[in-house]
Amino acid sequence: MGELIDALAVALKAGLGFQAIFLALLAIGINVQFGYTGLLNFGQIAFALLGGYGIAISVSQWGLPFWVGVLVGLGAAVVLALLLGLPTLRLRADYLAIATIAAAEGLRLLFRSVSATPVTNGTRGLAGFNGDFVALAPWDTARQYPILGTRWSGGELWVTTVGWALVALSCLLVWLLVRSPWGRVVKSIREDEDAVRALGKNVYLYKMQALVLGGVLGALGGMVYALGTASANPDQYQNANTFLAYAALILGGAARVLGPVVGAMLMYFIIQFADTGLRTLIGNGIIPEDLLSATDVAQIRFVLIGLGLMLLLVFRPQGIFGDRREVMLDAR
Amino acid sequence: MPAEPVPAEPVPGRPAAGGAHAASLDAPAAGAPRLLARAALRDVPWEVGVAKPDPAIVVDGVTRTFGGLTAVSVDHLEVQRGGITGLIGPNGAGKTTLFNLLTGFDQPNTGSWSFDGRPLGKLAPHQVARLGVVRTFQLTKALSRLTVLQNMLLGAQGQRGESFWRALVPGTWRAQERANTEKAMELLTRFKLDRKKDDFAGTLSGGQRKLLEMARALMSDPKVVMLDEPMAGVNPALTQSLLGHVKDLREEGMTVVFVEHDMDVVRDISDWVVVMAAGKVIAEGPPESVSQNQAVVDAYLGAHHDAPLTVEEEDRVLAEAEAAIAREEGADGDVIGSDTRREEDR
Repeated sequence: MGELIDALAVALKAGLGFQAIFLALLAIGINVQFGYTGLLNFGQIAFALLGGYGIAISVSQWGLPFWVGVLVGLGAAVVLALLLGLPTLRLRADYLAIATIAAAEGLRLLFRSVSATPVTNGTRGLAGFNGDFVALAPWDTARQYPILGTRWSGGELWVTTVGWALVALSCLLVWLLVRSPWGRVVKSIREDEDAVRALGKNVYLYKMQALVLGGVLGALGGMVYALGTASANPDQYQNANTFLAYAALILGGAARVLGPVVGAMLMYFIIQFADTGLRTLIGNGIIPEDLLSATDVAQIRFVLIGLGLMLLLVFRPQGIFGDRREVMLDAR
Repeated sequence: MPAEPVPAEPVPGRPAAGGAHAASLDAPAAGAPRLLARAALRDVPWEVGVAKPDPAIVVDGVTRTFGGLTAVSVDHLEVQRGGITGLIGPNGAGKTTLFNLLTGFDQPNTGSWSFDGRPLGKLAPHQVARLGVVRTFQLTKALSRLTVLQNMLLGAQGQRGESFWRALVPGTWRAQERANTEKAMELLTRFKLDRKKDDFAGTLSGGQRKLLEMARALMSDPKVVMLDEPMAGVNPALTQSLLGHVKDLREEGMTVVFVEHDMDVVRDISDWVVVMAAGKVIAEGPPESVSQNQAVVDAYLGAHHDAPLTVEEEDRVLAEAEAAIAREEGADGDVIGSDTRREEDR
């Protein structure tokens, strides 16, 4: 029983940790693009990579202050969004999807390539760029703090505090936007962009704004991740994270302000709980070693997530927060 | 008999509403826009490309080809301001393509057109709409996962809250939003959709969606309304109500262009009818002129469909038929042949 509570505590820590924040920010960005505007961005991780490396390169390589690094990261995300949007947003939705998925993979390969090594330090990545950030913490970052049965280091606590503040601000921003006439226009674009054009709205401009906003939110996620791990490595930014964020968004409920946040927390909670729980059960001999070995757990937990998502889509296609009536309109 | 003068007496002294109504029936020139447009078009010759007294839209030499197919090739066309112009023609005549060209949804290969003297050639759809030319679509475009009221509010023009930064400060757009909501509710009441205002547009019936689309277009205070098959797939009762709404648009001074297949509808509401076939305008004129026009009848039913057979042709057909029967029936084929003929005569 004590082990079960331990597993829950570890899972809770994961659900509140910087990885969950990372996923939540990616998913909030995707929610703006896909959930509200209907844009298919399959390369959200590229924006996160630019955010993380924006800080890492500016501080470690160019010796710039931390805040400049943040601005560089955000600026790079805006530029990427414009580059992807300019040629594709006048075309059908599929073209943006193709361009973004290619950009995500291409950028990761570029950052880890030999020719980029002088700037990005290749596959070894960059580290030691979060000193300024950690120094801002109002508490002693060297100490360990026990919270809810788990131990958090001061630095970890600082990253998560700032991270959740960013998530809260992002949610507030999205909430303000989607209840305004601006939100009404982008939701209408999701439904039928020609109808919106016929009513005198510049659809292209709105799509671009949504793409840039979602990209900036993704860049913030990448920054939190880089600061959380205190390093930036191209292979941290695998495009699988984009799809994990989509899964989190669908789990929480698309086109809902809090959907992506709750989805991301739950996702990490479930992944971690399945991991710790299964390991405990194997360690206790409740699950026999020849049925499932401890080394298989890392894979099997994603199988469990997949099964859970399938059940969700069958029994609750609108996600946790979604409106069933709204989702069912599509099926007709 | 003594009762009769009693109800008749108050009539002259009745309030202005009744009086205005009576005036619109009796005195056409006094300001009813419907009859103004009719009157203005009365002396216009029934010719293709004829100049109108007060054109709102002028089309010149517009062509659009898709590969080898010339979908639209209109030399000259003028649309009278404040009137209802019906655009008819068989399937594939290029009516919808012309609509798309006029509203910026498609670009022509050659030609120019203008609205109120301003060229529209290079404008994007939203720019055309901002000039006051709004359209509806053949396949209704209700925004399913928005409520009916949100659909309506989308139609309003010049909304401050539609800019990204101002959207974040509700104070800048609240008052405008309230005014727009009031206007939307008035229109919804007029179109009998007010009780549906909080329903998702996707739950409306096909006819209600047509109504919503028209009402939404009116939210933008258009000058020209272009309706692409507004009555398609709508039951007869709702057709009548839609017809009434289209006529109301003209009463409010708007110019209406609509595509329609139902000739009764066209005859009922149009001031002027333009007939297209194979991408060209083949006839135009008042509705009653068009059904007598030989080119129009040919376009719809094919040339020679009802040209009477000559006597020689009749004899030849008859002889062929008899010969065929004779071959089949052998010697008494003749008898059977004449029997059959006699039966047919009865």
